[in-house]
Amino acid sequence: MTTATAPLRRRARRLRVPIIWWLLVATFLIAWGLVGQFGRGDFIAPSNLNNIVERATALGIVAVGQTFTILVGSLDLSVAYLISVTAVMASYIMQGDPSRVPLALVVVTAIGLVVGLVNGLLVTKARINPLIATLGVGLVLRGLLNASFQNFAGSVPASFQYLAYGTIGPVPVPMLLFGAVVALGAWTLGRTRFGAHLYAVGGDRATARLSGIRADRVVIGAHLVASLTAVITGVYLASRLRSGAPWIGPDGVYDLESIAAVVVGGTLLSGGRGGVLGTIAGVLIFATLDVMFNQLGVGSYTKQVLRGFIIIGAVAVYAYRSREVVG
Amino acid sequence: MSVERATTTPAWRTVLGSIGRVAPVFLVLVLLIAWITTINPSFIEPAQFLNFLRRSSPLMILAAGQLFVVVTGGFDLSQGSLITLTVLGGALLAFGDPANTAWVIAVLYGIGLLVGLFNGAVTSFLRVPSFITTLGMLLTLKGFALLWTGGAPRGALPDNFRAFGRAFVEGVPLLGRVPWAVIVLLAFSAMFIYLFHYTVLGKQALAVGDNQRAAALAGIHVARVRITAFVISSLSAVTAGIMLGGFSGVSINVGDGLELQAISAVVLGGAALLGGRGNMPAALAGALTLQALFTLLNFLGLPSPLRVTVQGAIIIGAVAYAAWRAVRAGQERGA
Repeated sequence: MTTATAPLRRRARRLRVPIIWWLLVATFLIAWGLVGQFGRGDFIAPSNLNNIVERATALGIVAVGQTFTILVGSLDLSVAYLISVTAVMASYIMQGDPSRVPLALVVVTAIGLVVGLVNGLLVTKARINPLIATLGVGLVLRGLLNASFQNFAGSVPASFQYLAYGTIGPVPVPMLLFGAVVALGAWTLGRTRFGAHLYAVGGDRATARLSGIRADRVVIGAHLVASLTAVITGVYLASRLRSGAPWIGPDGVYDLESIAAVVVGGTLLSGGRGGVLGTIAGVLIFATLDVMFNQLGVGSYTKQVLRGFIIIGAVAVYAYRSREVVG
Repeated sequence: MSVERATTTPAWRTVLGSIGRVAPVFLVLVLLIAWITTINPSFIEPAQFLNFLRRSSPLMILAAGQLFVVVTGGFDLSQGSLITLTVLGGALLAFGDPANTAWVIAVLYGIGLLVGLFNGAVTSFLRVPSFITTLGMLLTLKGFALLWTGGAPRGALPDNFRAFGRAFVEGVPLLGRVPWAVIVLLAFSAMFIYLFHYTVLGKQALAVGDNQRAAALAGIHVARVRITAFVISSLSAVTAGIMLGGFSGVSINVGDGLELQAISAVVLGGAALLGGRGNMPAALAGALTLQALFTLLNFLGLPSPLRVTVQGAIIIGAVAYAAWRAVRAGQERGA
């Protein structure tokens, strides 16, 4: 390869559509066909498309953060309880008073940063396997939360529900929020030094360190990003539900589902390869199927059975192509 | 490493030697039991202690099965859902009739076998990471259990089914009443220790986890070893489910989170996640330690939500200590 063709090749690689987007298109077309044939309602009505994006928003935002941790070869199982903590603390501090909104946002952001920092330090400095470290942190959060709150706590002011229910022109605010998080995530991974370091550390930690990258800082940074996205999801859910309850995080299975979405989206569980756009395709596939199952009248238990197989099947599609040794 | 050792030293010496290397869990276990005893002196009397072992037996068996998967470098997240399916499905199939128990148990083990084969085959042949395979299986099995029973427990477990978890053998010299569960536990523990430390399978599992490619080049049938590990894990989950159904009854949440407790127990017992290192007696002790910890927090009168917090902190602390020891001993491994 000559130096002249290198930039061209790089651009070509960037433009290549990941296979997962084809899967998304296929899923969408199949859903459209099935619903048209057997279901109720019009699958491609704007209200329905809106419904799909709405379902994808909460999971999608935290999945963007999860992409960062998985790219550096870590993962974060504490996000579900951090979402609960955020939603509960935000609505508890706001108590329906608009003037307390800034305080609430500062507090939950600070909590998120502390949790992310603890996760990062446990994984890097204490050398604990990320699965165990973030599971432990999740348990700690769960205990503290359940010891303090048993039910919906406080409420968000009506004006704050703009975040979940407002529109700017024809576009719903949550869609803009989702889009902004995705754009920021994609930009960080693709255009910043931090992003490049994430791939380097995830690909080969020792080599990255020998190349002068402070690997520990990069891993900690990824955990901070994951925690912050969990905070955003928590705030969004508080706004949508009008109040925060301790069970909203674990009930949404945001920990395991966000990991599933990231891996379905083509990011290697071992790190170093993948990106935010694949993750979003994964999240949209889940949401599309969810809406399709609803319109077809499939029961929630059947839905869960199918979802398990869909996760395995989607990952199998290209895990098989990549010929990687897996654990 | 352990493989090479095994060829030069007698097997019993390997077992003792590796216990020596992962000793902290035994020390922690003894300290916890001592602490509980100072609060409740009758805890170490045979009756109470056997009862403690009885309550620990499902988690210990579960952890033993999980260890096989963990040393090959995988995870089995589907164990908890399989337990739920075992309990709900068992109640529905048997419907309270003792005559049904034998074939119901056979059917449940059959389901376990299929689940293990599926997990192993998908991971080995389709190259899906086991974390994802078994996560999908977790969702599927829980959904299937709820779908099958219509969302709420139906039927009942007959008494002879529940006997494995709750019956006692009366009039044993010195010990008094011995729970069936403890006898089952001892039998399974002996079998697991034999399988893990005294058979080719155990050595091959460690070799596969240490370096899959090297193991394959050394002539090990990697896929067969991994599938066997998943099958053992699933069968141990069915066993744990039968015992849990015996003493805690039928509920749709019976298995929730047990897979993560089993993984924690295995790690407390010195096994390396991502494979290649593990010890069966230590993993069993890890599960017993977790259960002792729950008991202690109970005796200390901590509000139950905070017990979870302490549990999380202690798991982190124990694993951090193990990692620190490993670094100090100069056997640093990635992750």
